[in-house]
Amino acid sequence: MTDTAPISGQGAGIGRSARAALWMRGIGHTLVPVATIVAAILGLWYLACIPMNAQSSVLAAARAGIAVTPESPAERRQMGGLALALANPEVAVSGAFGQDRARLPAPHQVAAELWAGTAGEPIGSNRSLVYHGWVTLSATLLGFVIGTGLGIALAVGIVHSRVMDMSVLPWAIVSQTVPIIAIAPMIIVVLYSIGIQGIVPKAVISAYLSFFPVVVGMVKGLRSPDGMQLDLLATYGASKAQIFRKLRLPASMPYLFASLKIGIAASLVGAIVGELPTGASAGFGARLLAGSYYGQTEQIWAALFAAAILAALCVGALGVVERALLGRMGMRS
Amino acid sequence: MSDTTSDATPEPVSGAGAGPVVSAANLELTFHTNDGPVHALKDVDLEIGQGEFVSFIGPSGCGKTTFLRCVAGLETPTGGRLSVNGMSADAARRARAYGYVFQAAGLYPWRTIDGNIRLPLEIMGFSEEEKRRRVRDTLALVDLEGFGTKYPWQLSGGMQQRASIARALSFDAGLLLMDEPFGALDEIVRDRLNEELLALWGRTGKTMLFVTHSIPEAVYLSTRIVVMSPRPGRISDVIESPLPRERPLDIRDSREFIDVAHRVREGLRAGMEAA
Repeated sequence: MTDTAPISGQGAGIGRSARAALWMRGIGHTLVPVATIVAAILGLWYLACIPMNAQSSVLAAARAGIAVTPESPAERRQMGGLALALANPEVAVSGAFGQDRARLPAPHQVAAELWAGTAGEPIGSNRSLVYHGWVTLSATLLGFVIGTGLGIALAVGIVHSRVMDMSVLPWAIVSQTVPIIAIAPMIIVVLYSIGIQGIVPKAVISAYLSFFPVVVGMVKGLRSPDGMQLDLLATYGASKAQIFRKLRLPASMPYLFASLKIGIAASLVGAIVGELPTGASAGFGARLLAGSYYGQTEQIWAALFAAAILAALCVGALGVVERALLGRMGMRS
Repeated sequence: MSDTTSDATPEPVSGAGAGPVVSAANLELTFHTNDGPVHALKDVDLEIGQGEFVSFIGPSGCGKTTFLRCVAGLETPTGGRLSVNGMSADAARRARAYGYVFQAAGLYPWRTIDGNIRLPLEIMGFSEEEKRRRVRDTLALVDLEGFGTKYPWQLSGGMQQRASIARALSFDAGLLLMDEPFGALDEIVRDRLNEELLALWGRTGKTMLFVTHSIPEAVYLSTRIVVMSPRPGRISDVIESPLPRERPLDIRDSREFIDVAHRVREGLRAGMEAA
């Protein structure tokens, strides 16, 4: 495979430099729309900071002796942020983007907090987002492994047993309709009462969220071979185990990876939710909780973005594994 | 190909017994659908001997594919008797008595051509060395040397179908069942594959059951042509071909060929009118 590029592949039949140019154009094609969207979001964010932070901007200005309308603090408190910002446009704009504990911190403040939390702190520090990220990630990965294993096992059972097909899937669906925020404290309490604490309860909550997409995807994947492919193996007198190993399992791989990408993101959410009710001292959930206790909005937003970046990295890593594996299997993904 | 039978690990069942390879008597298959029973096959009597090349031709719904699937043990007849190599069709299937070629090549996209041909050998538990040898030999047999490391999507439709024939030949069963294997291919490729198939049959001496809806294809390939008609699916005529076993492509312009084709066409027409 290595020496034969597909004849019809993009960029086949042209030189290396032309291929590089094509690649650059491809990057350009994706970069421009992505950058546009990011710029639009940032613009809206900055704009939203003005009314969101108007109360404290105007208050700070009034305390500094600048004339604001209306003059009475009681009256100002009655007003919405937008109205207040419109009444004092100059003060509201100038004070919106640098506040300590702003109701909505500006993007550059969040970015600065993110930077300080990652590059600015030693990794072992309690203030390091890398440290908190690792605490959450370890629970996420453990839960993801448990959830994926459980999901695959259930899917194999569902595909091979009519009884499981009828009984398991409805319960799996019901399990996902229960709000995780309601069930998470119960899981933690129950596990604590039998002496299990630390990473495992969080991982269990992660697994609870991540097994479901794997079950659904794998059932679909294991059932994806058509009648002809199954007939073919029947003509060889293949056993059920051989049909599974030679046909169903490889055929399900693209479906599995689609599910894993959803599953890892759900796992991360599960781990964070698992950190909330315990009053955990470490992890993104703990950072979010502490941030909201002390009104440290920048800390909340930084933890939120760190979680999103971590999820993106996990999904990206799965994408790399997927391309490598399916590429090795000769599939075009 | 003859040398591959000698030291095979699991001895494939050859049809070299005294009796017919396929024998059907009063064979009947009725599907029960919501719109009432569908008689896919009714009163089918047929005996096929060792080394014959029998084509099944007829309009859609005449039961030609259903009959082939019954022989393969993929469908269970609802009445009559059917034996393959002297045993029940299901026992013959489990004894790996036949190779089956489907209308679509159906190669696994995640396996190379080599890997696809190895598939039945892996399932049947041939030794590693034997697998390698058989893959090499069957690739040569269908003229695909040098394409073993390619993936199916890198091959043309005709080459894919040849690979699927190689897959069916690799474990060297004495019987080859082919269900419109060239139906999806264009005329030029089909002509070439027909010629190759005849040569292959000549070299291996296998018993062939071949479903088609092309009259020239049926006449060109077969020693016997079974004409079938629908509603209920049944045999309306069986034509012994007077053509010699050696058949160059231009035999299709000969008097005998045209006569046989004419008889097939008449049989098809009669079957349609009766239905």
